[in-house]
Amino acid sequence: MNINATLIGQTIAFGLFVWFCKRYVWPPMVNAMQERQTQIADGLAAAEKGQQAQDVAEKEAAQMLSEAKSQAAEIVANAEKRGNAVVEEAKTTAGSEKERIIASAQTEIDQDVHSAREELRSQVSSIAVAAASKIVDKEIDEKTHASLLDDLVKQLKAG
Amino acid sequence: MASTEGALTGTGYINHHLTNLTFGRFPEGHWGFAHGAEEAASMGFMAIHVDSMAWSLGLGIIMFLIFRSIAKGFSVDKPSKVQCAVESLFEMAQDSKDGTFTKQAENLWIAPMALTIFVWVFFMNLMDLIPVDWLPTAAALLNGESWSSISAHGAQTYMKVVPSTDVNIALGTALGVFLMIIYYSLKMKGPIGFTKELTLQPFGPYLVPFNLLLELVALLAKPLSLGLRLFGNMYAGELIFILIAMMYSAGLGLGVLGGFAQLGWAIFHILVITLQAYIFMMLTIVYLSQAHEAH
Repeated sequence: MNINATLIGQTIAFGLFVWFCKRYVWPPMVNAMQERQTQIADGLAAAEKGQQAQDVAEKEAAQMLSEAKSQAAEIVANAEKRGNAVVEEAKTTAGSEKERIIASAQTEIDQDVHSAREELRSQVSSIAVAAASKIVDKEIDEKTHASLLDDLVKQLKAG
Repeated sequence: MASTEGALTGTGYINHHLTNLTFGRFPEGHWGFAHGAEEAASMGFMAIHVDSMAWSLGLGIIMFLIFRSIAKGFSVDKPSKVQCAVESLFEMAQDSKDGTFTKQAENLWIAPMALTIFVWVFFMNLMDLIPVDWLPTAAALLNGESWSSISAHGAQTYMKVVPSTDVNIALGTALGVFLMIIYYSLKMKGPIGFTKELTLQPFGPYLVPFNLLLELVALLAKPLSLGLRLFGNMYAGELIFILIAMMYSAGLGLGVLGGFAQLGWAIFHILVITLQAYIFMMLTIVYLSQAHEAH
């Protein structure tokens, strides 16, 4: 409990320790701590930036997706329209073709009918002559009775 | 021990624990270690408490070894637990300084000083928690005393291990703070400004002697209160540890009771030693911030 030179010794030691702390301990520690604080701040800022970039990218992706969807819908609609048009066209083509075929068949038939009729007529005159000659039992000169025969053919034609 | 030949007594035990290992000049003129409290007292000012100084310096060196090793192995990415603890100490010192000082009073010495004070005083106080007989007995054994002699008569070698229970250590640290107060008062205010502050207030220029008296008392009270507060708290705590330790030699029942008492007091003292170190640091910062500011 005596006050003695320990007092002075402790004061000197105190001064030395404070000096030592200020000179050798404080700067490296505080610098390192500040360096780490900067690093952490940078890291957080980078993370935030990344987050923002991700948000933007997500928005873009969503927009692109919706665009693609509408495009696809458009394409499908177009394709449907086109398909319908093709079907319609095919239908009309088929219709006209059908009519054409029917028409040509009709003309053919008409021609056949006509030619058959002509043949029949020409045959009718000879048959008629043969029948008449048989009936009158005598030869009829075709040349002398030509006018009579023509008259008959005309009547047949008209009939 | 005061009485070298007698049996171990309570008074002798307490006196032994409260006496420093003192090296100094005897009244006759030669230098040497004091044998007992009376001889130590007779040396007057020309003596030094070897144990207090050694523990104080040793603890300070341990503190700086820890700090240096942390500073060298500082890991930015993966801080160890010790590093985190030390970092929070640095931040506490810096925050305490920033919280008290005004912005214009920039001083790069205050925060390192606050850190040094807090950790050093804490380490010195921490010695309080080591059971009171361990280190003195170990010192006595190292000094060649036999175990049977120590248990019969008490140790003859003096070894006081808690530096802050030595009034010289507490006041010496406070004296260092006081010198800084004077230095910064003179540096920031100039000799004239400092003199004005001491003489012209609180009662104006017509009562200069009275003002000077008041201000000097206030100025001197700062280191005294700083040092004596630490010393008083630690000394009282140490004394109670010694009294508790005496219960161990008073039978089984009291010994067990003493064990619990020591445990309780030690747990309570964890709070006290931290608080005392913190108060010492905070008051130092406050005093130095006052030294920086003109009234």
